[in-house]
Amino acid sequence: MTLTGAEIFIECLKREGVKTVFALPGGVVLKIFDMLHQQKDLEVILTRHEQGAGHMAEGYAKATGKAGVCLVTSGPGMTNVITALADAYMDSVPLVCFSGQVPTSLIGNDAFQEADNVGLSRPCTKYNFLVKDVNDLASTIKEAFYIATTGRPGPVLVDIPKDVSMAKAEFIYPNSVSIRGYNPTYEGNKWQIKQAAEAIMKAKQPILYVGGGVVFSGASQELLELAEMTQIPVDMTLMGLGVFPGEHPLSLGMLGMHGTYHANMAMHYSDLVIAVGARFDDRVTGKVSEFCPHAKVIHIDIDPTSIRKNIHVDVPIVGDCKTVLRGLIQVLRATVNGEQKELRKPWWDQIHQWQQAHPLTYQQEKHGPIKPQQVVKRLYELTKDRDPIVSTDVGQHQMWAAQYFKLAKPNRWLTSGGLGTMGFGFPAAMGAQAAFRDRLVLCIAGDGSVQMNMQEMATAVVSKLPVKIIILNNRFHGMVRQWQDLFYEGRYASSYLDTTPDFVKLAEAYGAVGLRADKLANLDEVLKQALATEGPVIVDVPTYPFENCYPMIPAGGCNHEMILEDSPELKKKQSEGKHVTPENKDTVLTA
Amino acid sequence: MAYRDGRIESDARSVPSHKPSVISSSNYMEHIISITVENKFGVLSRIAGLFSGRGFNIESLSVAPTLDPSMSQMTIVTSGDERIIEQILKQLNKLIDVIKVIDLNEMEFVSRETAIIKVHTKDADRAEALRVVDIFRANVIDSTPTTYTIEVSGDPKKIEAIINLLQPLGIKELVRTGRVAVAREPIRQAVAQTKQNVRE
Repeated sequence: MTLTGAEIFIECLKREGVKTVFALPGGVVLKIFDMLHQQKDLEVILTRHEQGAGHMAEGYAKATGKAGVCLVTSGPGMTNVITALADAYMDSVPLVCFSGQVPTSLIGNDAFQEADNVGLSRPCTKYNFLVKDVNDLASTIKEAFYIATTGRPGPVLVDIPKDVSMAKAEFIYPNSVSIRGYNPTYEGNKWQIKQAAEAIMKAKQPILYVGGGVVFSGASQELLELAEMTQIPVDMTLMGLGVFPGEHPLSLGMLGMHGTYHANMAMHYSDLVIAVGARFDDRVTGKVSEFCPHAKVIHIDIDPTSIRKNIHVDVPIVGDCKTVLRGLIQVLRATVNGEQKELRKPWWDQIHQWQQAHPLTYQQEKHGPIKPQQVVKRLYELTKDRDPIVSTDVGQHQMWAAQYFKLAKPNRWLTSGGLGTMGFGFPAAMGAQAAFRDRLVLCIAGDGSVQMNMQEMATAVVSKLPVKIIILNNRFHGMVRQWQDLFYEGRYASSYLDTTPDFVKLAEAYGAVGLRADKLANLDEVLKQALATEGPVIVDVPTYPFENCYPMIPAGGCNHEMILEDSPELKKKQSEGKHVTPENKDTVLTA
Repeated sequence: MAYRDGRIESDARSVPSHKPSVISSSNYMEHIISITVENKFGVLSRIAGLFSGRGFNIESLSVAPTLDPSMSQMTIVTSGDERIIEQILKQLNKLIDVIKVIDLNEMEFVSRETAIIKVHTKDADRAEALRVVDIFRANVIDSTPTTYTIEVSGDPKKIEAIINLLQPLGIKELVRTGRVAVAREPIRQAVAQTKQNVRE
């Protein structure tokens, strides 16, 4: 069967089981778009910006566990999608990005809309290809999907010059892939697994520290089994949320910079850390030299480079989380007796003490301004029966969502962890919605970050992606303001957003529904109305602008030394009403 | 020190002391890493990008095709403490175009570097230059009335030594290949650190 490059592209995607392509056209990819236009198997979602396409593909991938696919043009199309590639690389999201390239004869000539796509994306992709010959296209696409979805997943770029998409070749789709330099290890070393089991049996104060790797490995069932069998408390990273039921008695919630008090204390005072699919990020470890001073460390990860990168590891196990956990459960089952609860009692008593001493807390006055935590809490309570998918942007609202939205299952949590990309949430939610048209998809956003990809509202309306955006609107880059209050003597340098758009009118301008909850008494009603609305909705919730997110471990601080509330000086300043308003901003901001 | 072919060579395991490269901790050690890679365009920049992106040090790097034209052999001289070297080896292994990584410091190895040195030579200096060439078993590979071009190969200490001796004559140009190295054939068993066992 002789096909053009563009037709080969479509055939390959179909065989990889792709249903949706997030795309934005341009000169050198027109042949591919022309072919996409003439077929019905692949849905093309036309985005308004290539960054949006990239994040949508990420959202799709995180919600489905399959590779997300986006298609962009050369030059600016490619440079625009870089942020999404870098984001996917940091968070190990399987993504295959196709970029157009100028014809091979023009590469290197500074042609119109030419960019060195392979060079640009090299440091932020797992691998990338430039296809110079149409005869290599099918096998390259096969390899791209294989690399993106196996081992530690990640983004892969395939750069297709215009003449390659036009030229014809015999279409042969390879059945399998073999790359001699790429053989991920899935089976954990048996001896090491035995060592780990022995360490678990000996430990008095063990803790499970689980991350995004468990989500991608699909190992939440194994994790649950292991935790219940051994009665070990579970700390989740930001990326791991949902992989263990948030309301399970063994769950301590999120750990790290804004993790719960008891999650961080348990980590710090543990004598055995069992890290599964997590990478000891600096937002988790705090000061590395004082991280878990009493603990031995077991580290299970599919990526050998994650092991001993930041932290000394006593029992390293390279392998797939699911496979290794199964092995571990098998070994433990032979030795664990029914007295685990009794055995762990002192440890759990201690944890409960911590929990009672400093639970997550905030003060909501009945007639005062709406507290952002209250919005997340109510949203959670109103939607938890509908098993929603929740995306967030980056900042204070993200941390509150992580603290108060207690997800029960994996693949429901879409957030940008490693790169911390503002503007991620809305397009990611749309990507998930494109995969699951009937599910409830929520995007908890801040007024700062949501504006970074607001243009995609047009995509949501046109492509009928009924995402519900809840904006915690404090008219600040809230996390920046918090740091300025804590570490920069309250000088709000470029964190006050002054006039934000009227989000209700903005939604309406796009043909979506805009709602506002201006006081606490309206909050539930407005949220319910949004949830009952068919299409995309923006709910604008003006919140108390000076609320700070606690607990907080200052950057480079030690995990057991958390800031738990505003200092008296800060409280005084706020109670005196030295708030920034358009009227007084010149005097207050310079004070 | 070991004698071979009548010449003194530094012990393969000892650390050449000629150039202490960015030492911040006493555990910093020079390592020679031998890498077999796919012979494709872009591979060199992946390796170079890995080192620059993660702040690893490259002291020298040499690349050439192997007997199998689909593969190339790289020799990288780098330095770092145990943790850094472990990361370098793992990160290199993680690159998809990398087929095999060997840390030659884990075993006995021999290494060589070639330098081509163009020396100014006036009347009396010409004899002195030739004497130095003779002592170091170097070769004169080009000659003009005012210059000699000298080729010398050996371990880095030897290259440094000949440079030091030729410097008073006036070195006009100097190019060095960077080191290439190969493991000594073990008498009993191979201990090559292949991709598999570097992953523990």
